[in-house]
Amino acid sequence: MSELRGIYTLWQREIKRYLRERTRLASSFFQPLLWLVIFGSGLGLSIRSSTGLNYQEYIFPGIIGQTLLFTSMFMGISLIWDRQFGFLKEILVAPISRISIFVGKMLGVSTDSMIQGMIVLMLGFLIGVKITLPIVIKVIPLMLLVTLGTACIGLTLACFMDSLESYGTIMTFVNMPMFFLSGALFPVNNLPSWLQWVVYVNPLTYGVDALRIVILDGAYVSSFPLYMDLTIIIAFDVFMILAGTYSFSLRK
Amino acid sequence: MNAIETMDLTKKFGSLTVVDSVNIKVEQGGIFGLLGPNGAGKSTIISMLCTILKPTSGTALVNGYDIVKFPSQVRKSIGIVFQDPSVDDRLTGKENLEMHADLYGVPASEKRSQIDKVLELVELSDRGNDLVRNYSSGMRRRLEIARSLVHTPKVLFLDEPTIGLDPQSRDHIWSYIRELLKTEDITIILTTHYMEEADKLCKQVAIVDRGQIVALDTPESLKEKLGGETITVKSQNNPLYVEKIKEAGIAKSVVIAGDEVKVTVDSAHTILPSIVNIAALNHIFIESISLQEPQLDDVFLHYTGRALREGGGKELSGMGAIMRRQIR
Ligand SMILES: Nc1ncnc2c1ncn2[C@@H]1O[C@H](COP(=O)(O)OP(=O)(O)OP(=O)(O)O)[C@@H](O)[C@H]1O
Ligand SMILES: [Mg+2]
Repeated sequence: MSELRGIYTLWQREIKRYLRERTRLASSFFQPLLWLVIFGSGLGLSIRSSTGLNYQEYIFPGIIGQTLLFTSMFMGISLIWDRQFGFLKEILVAPISRISIFVGKMLGVSTDSMIQGMIVLMLGFLIGVKITLPIVIKVIPLMLLVTLGTACIGLTLACFMDSLESYGTIMTFVNMPMFFLSGALFPVNNLPSWLQWVVYVNPLTYGVDALRIVILDGAYVSSFPLYMDLTIIIAFDVFMILAGTYSFSLRK
Repeated sequence: MNAIETMDLTKKFGSLTVVDSVNIKVEQGGIFGLLGPNGAGKSTIISMLCTILKPTSGTALVNGYDIVKFPSQVRKSIGIVFQDPSVDDRLTGKENLEMHADLYGVPASEKRSQIDKVLELVELSDRGNDLVRNYSSGMRRRLEIARSLVHTPKVLFLDEPTIGLDPQSRDHIWSYIRELLKTEDITIILTTHYMEEADKLCKQVAIVDRGQIVALDTPESLKEKLGGETITVKSQNNPLYVEKIKEAGIAKSVVIAGDEVKVTVDSAHTILPSIVNIAALNHIFIESISLQEPQLDDVFLHYTGRALREGGGKELSGMGAIMRRQIR
């Protein structure tokens, strides 16, 4: 009971901090917009779709996946931040378990990503993707599943890193390959087989595939069946939550 | 029951022994001072007592609970103001306190009144809804003190609560602490670099040096034990002067503190002439000379060979370090 209250208050803190950072909110709104509008329409002209979807529609779920990944990776830095500014001590000395602290942090970061993801979802109408209520109802839990895993990647890395700079560097190394090799921007079936292998071990591949199935609602021929996407995403989440809580409890 | 009892409490970082078999008993009630130069291991002792560091060996009881076996019971019993800031400056003062109340499971019915009470104690009631990033450093420190009290701890650790504050804010903080002792049933463990304050406030003090307790008693008995009086001399060749006084064998202890020589003697009035003579014989020019009853500073100097000033004392070097070993 008191653990739940602890998790709740840590979660709440994360969101308050996030929402108070106005410039970050604004910039995170524009970045996906640029991808969709500039990259999407620019490259869209030179790519001929075989699926009947235009290119912007095709990458739209991918951009949502990207937003979830980038935001949660970026927010993972808050753990290092808390350590550097001393606040982590206040939490560590409280009568609450390390697991609860990690879970509070994870839920907080995931919620931040969800807020971000929802904003991008609303941008769909700009490029003509119809977001109906049934889609929203299905896509929210799906986005949450995707982002729990990515939030844990960020937080787990942050457990092992002491400086903001080194985290920033590692973040780029994780973000870029995961994003580019997830099928977010182009179909991955035609990649050389060694790269395809990377695509298959990339958890975001299944996230993006599932997001496409749900958001494009029938217009998209999926790479994997939805149940398979979901199974892999959930397995990855469970694995990352365990890895994250373990890494967090390792630190003094 | 003692508020705190340590049993051979030891902490090593690699091969470095930072806390070395510390045994202290702290009675309930009042303030217990932990004094020691920079790097003595005070904060490390506190970190272990509040269970964020595991002892390498030994253990301790805090409010009757073993810090190794029952850390969460210990955590519920204690409050702490860390040496380094630990408030969230993107939240308001009140939000920081609310979060603390939630983390410590303060009953919802008491949460509000408890928060108002501690804010009032540290005179921040009217600033509770401001973001902490807009607070001055003194206000932040006061907020941390308030926060450490939200869950009415039995034992309160204050690690340099007044560091870096101006004299006025410092006085404020000491007066809250006195107020607290009057109204609450609480034991306070304090580290500070302000000796006069420690002298006035502490029921007992332990002097820590290189991870060991080198003295533990009431400030009065420590001063009494040191005995005699202190002659403070400023000369143009302190190391030589110390050596010569030592050779003469007329002083109980001789140490360099900053740019002065402190000589502890039984009776300053009879020995003062010899002290001056020694300077004259050795052509050491004396710039100033004064007499005092021993202060806690002198006790500290006696046991650690280092003066304790704001920001910490300096190591004696060369001659001084050698003298120190002989004196001990
Ligand atoms: N995590 C750590 N790893 C290695 N050494 C450490 C660590 N923490 C502290 N130390 C060392 O332990 C010694 C004691 O440090 P501590 O902070 O306890 O001293 P202190 O008495 O609180 O000093 P101060 O008056 O400066 O606050 C120092 O030499 C410090 O370098
Ligand atoms: Mg310290």
